[in-house]
Amino acid sequence: MDLQKTISKPKKSVKAGPADGELKVVGKSVLRIDGWEKIKGAAKYTDDLEFGPALLYAALVESPHAHAKIKAIDTSKAEKVHGVVKVVTGRNFTQKFGLYMNDRYVFATDTVRFVGEQVAAVVATDPKTAMRAAALVKVEYAELPAVMDPVKALEKDSPLVHPDLKDYTHVPWFFPKPGTNIAHWRKIRKGDLAKGFKDADLVLEDTYTVPRYAHCAIEPHSAVGLYDASGRLTMWTSSQSPFTQRHVFAETLKAFGLSHKDVRVISTYIGGGFGGKAGVTMEIIAAALAIAVPGRPVKLLWNRAQEFYNTYQRLGVTAKIKMGATKTGKITALDFKLHWDSGAYVEYGANVVNAAGLSASGPYKVDNLSVDSMCTYTNLPPCGAYRGFGYSEFLFGLESHITRMAVQLGLDPVEFRKKNAIKEGDTLPYGAHMNPNGIREAIGRVEKEIKWGVKEKSKDPKKAIGKALVCFWKSPAMPPNASSSAFLKFNEDGSVNILVSGMEIGQGLLTVMAQIAGEVLALPVTKIRVETPDTDRNPYEWQTVGSHVTWGCGNAVKRAALEARERIFDLVQRVHCLDKSTLYLQDECVKCRTKPDFALPFKDFVINGIQAEDHTFKGGPIMGSGVFMPEFASAISDPETGQGGHPNVHYTTGSAGIILEVDRESGKMKIKKVALAVDCGKAINPDLVRGQIVGGLMQGFATVLYEDMRYSEKGKLLNANFSDYKIPTAMDMPDVVVPIIIEVAQPDGPYGARGVGEHTMIPCAPLIANAVADALGVRIKSMPVTKEKVALAVKNGGK
Amino acid sequence: MKMHRINFSLNGEKVALDVEPSDVLLDVLRGRLGIKSPKVGCDRGDCGTCTVLLNGKTIRSCLALAVEADGTEIVTLEGAGSRKWTQKLQKKFHEKNSFQCGFCAPGVILSATELLEKNAKPTTHDIKEAIAGNLCRCTGYEPIVAAIEETAKGK
Repeated sequence: MDLQKTISKPKKSVKAGPADGELKVVGKSVLRIDGWEKIKGAAKYTDDLEFGPALLYAALVESPHAHAKIKAIDTSKAEKVHGVVKVVTGRNFTQKFGLYMNDRYVFATDTVRFVGEQVAAVVATDPKTAMRAAALVKVEYAELPAVMDPVKALEKDSPLVHPDLKDYTHVPWFFPKPGTNIAHWRKIRKGDLAKGFKDADLVLEDTYTVPRYAHCAIEPHSAVGLYDASGRLTMWTSSQSPFTQRHVFAETLKAFGLSHKDVRVISTYIGGGFGGKAGVTMEIIAAALAIAVPGRPVKLLWNRAQEFYNTYQRLGVTAKIKMGATKTGKITALDFKLHWDSGAYVEYGANVVNAAGLSASGPYKVDNLSVDSMCTYTNLPPCGAYRGFGYSEFLFGLESHITRMAVQLGLDPVEFRKKNAIKEGDTLPYGAHMNPNGIREAIGRVEKEIKWGVKEKSKDPKKAIGKALVCFWKSPAMPPNASSSAFLKFNEDGSVNILVSGMEIGQGLLTVMAQIAGEVLALPVTKIRVETPDTDRNPYEWQTVGSHVTWGCGNAVKRAALEARERIFDLVQRVHCLDKSTLYLQDECVKCRTKPDFALPFKDFVINGIQAEDHTFKGGPIMGSGVFMPEFASAISDPETGQGGHPNVHYTTGSAGIILEVDRESGKMKIKKVALAVDCGKAINPDLVRGQIVGGLMQGFATVLYEDMRYSEKGKLLNANFSDYKIPTAMDMPDVVVPIIIEVAQPDGPYGARGVGEHTMIPCAPLIANAVADALGVRIKSMPVTKEKVALAVKNGGK
Repeated sequence: MKMHRINFSLNGEKVALDVEPSDVLLDVLRGRLGIKSPKVGCDRGDCGTCTVLLNGKTIRSCLALAVEADGTEIVTLEGAGSRKWTQKLQKKFHEKNSFQCGFCAPGVILSATELLEKNAKPTTHDIKEAIAGNLCRCTGYEPIVAAIEETAKGK
């Protein structure tokens, strides 16, 4: 029978079916699908998994020096300890690895480059034995001069951290300078800088400094590796990047006969990431140790101190800004030099430097622009991704500077920002054009919320109140071909399982993916299960970083759901002879606009097919797959100007404002109110977006009010614990937090969505610095802005 | 090393176990008894993610020796589900997204349970103080405090 001929065509007036554009699942604050697991204590994190009595434990031997030659390693005593199975050193693993640049070692081979660097590991039957034996490994060092400061590292006679830099492989958009400590130098040259400064009525020049920070996810990194008798490597890791890890493991350890298909990475829930669990850090050690003890699982668990000194840290920066503007408040020129303290290895951190360099103008139209973002090696722990990816750091200086410019010109700092704020279609620092955005609406909403322009007085005469409003933007930093994919499959009862490799890191990814698929398939999220990935089973995702998975992975899920829907429509058309174009999904059924009484429940056919008149069955399991890659992106540009290419896929913009009370004597600060408006394109789940705003603000305020990594002159981290590196507690909450959602759709986002995770912490530092200046007239130019600094500045008359 | 026999109640069930004098309660719970809701976060009493109830009071199980559990009643989140306040708190935590990654949640919920069992009408300050020993890096605490407040008020 030719089914096509008997399909009933739609009549002209079609009444049944949902109205176009009416969203049922997307845009609703549905409850998290991972909620009960997490609040009942059922959620499993890597260290919670059981591996049985064969499990081995590793402990590390770490460098006490910031820079030294390894002359000899004697493992003989450690090897004799009862319970020790293996002692591994850099002699066993000489391979280098890296995400964007191959500069990092599994174990230090002939040189150590920071205090705490792994030199050897002991694998034993229990953790105590491993630690006892590690203390017996004798390493003989010859100390080398070390460099700790990114500006001093540029001096001619500075010690070189990587003398072999010329031999290192890296992505094509990095420009290292062999023979120096410059691992990458991102340059932007746009317009005519000299003319811009000539046209200015005010030119202001100053330097701002930002120290290093730690992510402080409450779950420390952990990894378990098993290299089994068949030659396959399975890794259980606490990771934001299971597929990137698989790739790095396979590439680094290919000498052992591994190919990608032989490496399997299983990622459970992770107890906070914030960029610290992106890429590969300690997991490569666990992978190497697994290879060293075939047949037995081996666990490497970071303690809190290691969590501070041997994972990525946030880069420190010395930012030199020279800005020109006219009397009427137009920015005419910006010369921005960023010297990044990137640490001993920059395989990930160099891309932070790159991202910041591309976007250092901030969300403003700056026609005459010069940026030098310099990734400098130092003999301090390696730096890498941290929520905000370089933007928090450059925004501290930039947004402080902009307020000072406005004040010195006698202009209102908010009006100044509005005048220069970027618009859709404006040329970006690298030549591409700005996406649709709601930055002006964000400024306006925040301005209202903090009653900008209304001077407030504290009831306490010892205290002053200051206000500030700043803007922010950020783009996902990712390779131009970073892609996402999704599988979707129906179950007998009409429920659905979605397989993705975007990671649930607290942000609510699983729920948001379920909402996107639920919208397409007319299913409530309670009928959809999405779980954390296993690279053997789940399809590819580059990494869960850069606030890009709602957008990228969301697009892939939407496509998978659309494909599944198409298969449903095809099948129903084929068997029930209804024109596809008249079919729609509603209440877990297939319905037809021209036949109001037709309703075929999913559960009746999504696995076992539809029975035709001749009693045969048609169809079979309904599935869908979806892939997304930003095919318009390109990272290749002129190294001297940065012009050309389309390195950033889009920017999320916003604004934040604060009312801050400051004690004139002690400098103690209290946040009376903070408002943050972010243009997320479309809030797939508004409550989850608000959660990102409230949580991100607190993490941002932590960096400006409390936290600061302190090193000894010899490069040893002095505050590698929560007693000495204080992160906020519930006692430190702002009085009032106002999250504001702006929705100017991202044309290529799922339902218009773009990312929001990092943006909520990046405006905090200049907010505080500007509000302190507004309250007391003192300008703090180095982070953190502690009460001591404020009190001393007041005492010294603002100097 | 001389082993010590300890007897205690764990989530309502009797447990008898031989431990070394230096064994830490958290390690024994996690490693030998399969109780995984108390987590290892800092191993020095700073972060509160290892919180358990000992005779109804919260302790940092990373700072307690297993021998100290002898003769006591220990409750972890796995066994707290039957407590009136715990159940109500969990429901409210779900509704208000008072967790993100979930790692600190077991400890926070036990600290809040202890608070409400002692003081059913806490002030906002009481709530903040009660959970000040439980670090959370995701939520900014606001939805946690709100959930405890609303639970106490029976909202």
